[in-house]
Amino acid sequence: MSFKTKVGSLNSYEKGSIDLNDDLRHYAFSNIFEVANAAKPYERVMVASNLEYAAEVVRAEGTSAWYTAPHDEFAIVMDGEIEFTFFQLGDDQKPTHQAGAIKINGEPKGKRMGKVRARRGHEVLLPKGAAYQLSAIKPSVCLIQTSAGPESVERWSKICVLD
Amino acid sequence: MSIASVKLIASAPDPVLGYKKFQFGSFTFERDMYFVHVSWPKGTHTVEVDRFLRAMVRDIGWGFFYGWIFFDDVFGTQNHYGTVDIYAGTYSKGHRDTGVDFLETFNTDDVRVAFETISINWINEGYDPLRAPMETGSPLGPKTRDAAGPLIRGFEPARRMMGLPGDTKPRSDASGHPINRAFADMTFDKPDIEIEPGFEDQVHAFNLFDHIARADVTWNPSFTSITRACICCVTSEEHMLPVIHGNDRNEWFIQLTDEIQWNIQDKNTGNPRGRIVMKAGDVCAMPADIRHQGFSPKRSMLMVLENGTPGLEEKYAKGELEPFPITASRW
Repeated sequence: MSFKTKVGSLNSYEKGSIDLNDDLRHYAFSNIFEVANAAKPYERVMVASNLEYAAEVVRAEGTSAWYTAPHDEFAIVMDGEIEFTFFQLGDDQKPTHQAGAIKINGEPKGKRMGKVRARRGHEVLLPKGAAYQLSAIKPSVCLIQTSAGPESVERWSKICVLD
Repeated sequence: MSIASVKLIASAPDPVLGYKKFQFGSFTFERDMYFVHVSWPKGTHTVEVDRFLRAMVRDIGWGFFYGWIFFDDVFGTQNHYGTVDIYAGTYSKGHRDTGVDFLETFNTDDVRVAFETISINWINEGYDPLRAPMETGSPLGPKTRDAAGPLIRGFEPARRMMGLPGDTKPRSDASGHPINRAFADMTFDKPDIEIEPGFEDQVHAFNLFDHIARADVTWNPSFTSITRACICCVTSEEHMLPVIHGNDRNEWFIQLTDEIQWNIQDKNTGNPRGRIVMKAGDVCAMPADIRHQGFSPKRSMLMVLENGTPGLEEKYAKGELEPFPITASRW
């Protein structure tokens, strides 16, 4: 017997269903690819929120701004190919906010740390206190494990199944 | 709360079947060819042996997890993070109404030792309750030989991120974990990584799907990355979750591949609330006031985001936090 594994993509996904005798807002049921299809490039749309922590969907297309966070973040590529470039920050650029990703002004002033080119299923460390930039030639999708922060976008009523 | 230490008392092996009978506090545990019989001062409950052992080894491996682990609708454990309740009928209306429900609290280490001792005696060579049922072998029949190898495995958590220098390693052919038959149609490549000297512990990536596809266990979370107290757990799911999990906090499920069907119940009463079908790319919260049990028709990949902040369970239990993640003002 051979198996056929089903994965989703921007161009092809099948959403499941939620049929509950309960307030569906308590479950915040959404789909990563549906969210990414409706998002602007590099918006960080929250799809999971657990008190201060979050998972954000990012539609990668073209080149992003430079971001940094005061804690580790982790990106899992769900569709396409994304290049992540890492630099150290200058002393005057290091994050001083509490949590989540923030854009930095201009270019990072520190040393080049390296880069990762990642495809579906790859998990990438976005290290604490470093600058990172995403770029993708074709529209791609990643999910970022992080904390809610200044760049987090909440639009639960638009992304979740409510009836 | 200080709890007196309780030790497991084992009988001599049964002269016919060869298994030991165990006394732990007010509970007794006895198995025969097909069933486990749990007795307490007010009653007895019988569970099919495969179901019981698949639940028990996971309960041990998960460290009693977050909240309630129902082996079935009657018997289970609740984690208080230092102590563990073992209950029978406490969350079953029929048992409560007839007054035969029972709950006893033990030190966590005592329960762990007791459950490990019972499992080791009752698991025979050739039966592996951590695998999917088609790979598990049979627990039925008399005692043969103790199973070789570790009772539990696959639970070592990453400290920062799997694959970093000094951290846990992803599964591989070299570690004895071939790609599971259910993911043989997938291709697995490695990310392209360029690291400048001195940044080996900062620039890192690995193939998460490859790691999951090689799991030799099912419904066993593998902690792969940690953001402060936010834990990313990934698991390989096939057949049914061998327990019903009652949440003491909110958690989030992210379906990475294929499909899982979830039955949702009220946590306290067990009354059905309905059903959720999650397909690849779907995201869904599991609120703090439910029980859930998953059914995966084909082996699938699931990511679970947990909030491991100490003391959260008390805040939810006292009503200081609402039992769902997205509060009204955010809609």
